[in-house]
Amino acid sequence: MLASLISMGAAKAVPPSQQSSYELMSAENKAMQDDPSLNPAMFWVGDGESLWQQKVGPQSKSCSACHGDAKKSMRGVATQYPKVIKGKLQTLEGQINQCRVGAQSVPALAYESKDLLALTAFIAFQSKGMPITVSESSANAPFMKKGRQTFYERMGQLNLSCAQCHEDRAGLKLGGSPIPQGHPNAYPIYRLEWQTLGSVQRRLRNCMSGVRAQQFEYGSPEMAQLELFLMWRARGLPLESPGVRP
Amino acid sequence: MSKTSRTSITMPATAKKDSIIEIRAIAQHDMESGFRYTEGGKLIPRDIIRTFTCTYNNVEVFKADFYSGIGANPLIIFTTIAVESGTLEFRWAGDDGYEAVNQSHITVS
Repeated sequence: MLASLISMGAAKAVPPSQQSSYELMSAENKAMQDDPSLNPAMFWVGDGESLWQQKVGPQSKSCSACHGDAKKSMRGVATQYPKVIKGKLQTLEGQINQCRVGAQSVPALAYESKDLLALTAFIAFQSKGMPITVSESSANAPFMKKGRQTFYERMGQLNLSCAQCHEDRAGLKLGGSPIPQGHPNAYPIYRLEWQTLGSVQRRLRNCMSGVRAQQFEYGSPEMAQLELFLMWRARGLPLESPGVRP
Repeated sequence: MSKTSRTSITMPATAKKDSIIEIRAIAQHDMESGFRYTEGGKLIPRDIIRTFTCTYNNVEVFKADFYSGIGANPLIIFTTIAVESGTLEFRWAGDDGYEAVNQSHITVS
């Protein structure tokens, strides 16, 4: 049963026409995302820009000490994550923390902390408008396989898979709200419901609690694998980061 | 919430005399309502912006009182009449000594 679901899914993994959930938003919310003077997430981008220059740790090293001008060095970077680096599948947040621990000798930032969201938003913002370029390779194939499996696997007390809503029923409604295709092409997002910025992992945990499933931990390998599959599924869609969602 | 925070003003730099100009003022603030509890059951104290004022060459042209029901990072959009060249000053003040000030200049012809 599971095997048939997976093989069926593999064929369907690319929706006939990809649609960003931006298209499902009201004109007001679209304007909020598009206009930097209305988009509250731009505060985090500003904070991230300051953090990029901030010298931290025993060597008093800033992000820019290695990476220079983010406008050049970080352009397009967010479109490639999650990425296999030295055999480990790394998300953008994971890589920021890897740099902090490895190169700056300071403790990793907590998931959903203001600083980590700010740096992620600042880096993702450098790729705004560029298409997602995650592709399947021999290096990421095993992770992709696990991510795909999670996507088509029923979970939780409601016994639902991601695909049952975001593939089979995308475009229909759940209660009064439209069901999006579930592409992670605008993260981190300022979600009006949250009243703050949040990562794609926070959003995924949302759905998991919605189907009454055990949530994957922040920064866990399972999260990274699912994120990888979702980014591959959304390949070609332009990044909207930082997005606004209702 | 820190005592100062980022704010942003969007308004025209130039305007014709007596024309109506639109001003957008947004402040970065958590707007903690004072009705929420921590996981341990402790009340989180209220921490909100209480007032927003806009003065145009030291004349007050717009004022708003904020309450707990207003969401985080409040955005205010209002209009005024461009009467003369000068400075518009925006001031947000709130709980726990929070204060933020921003200024914008306009040339009226």
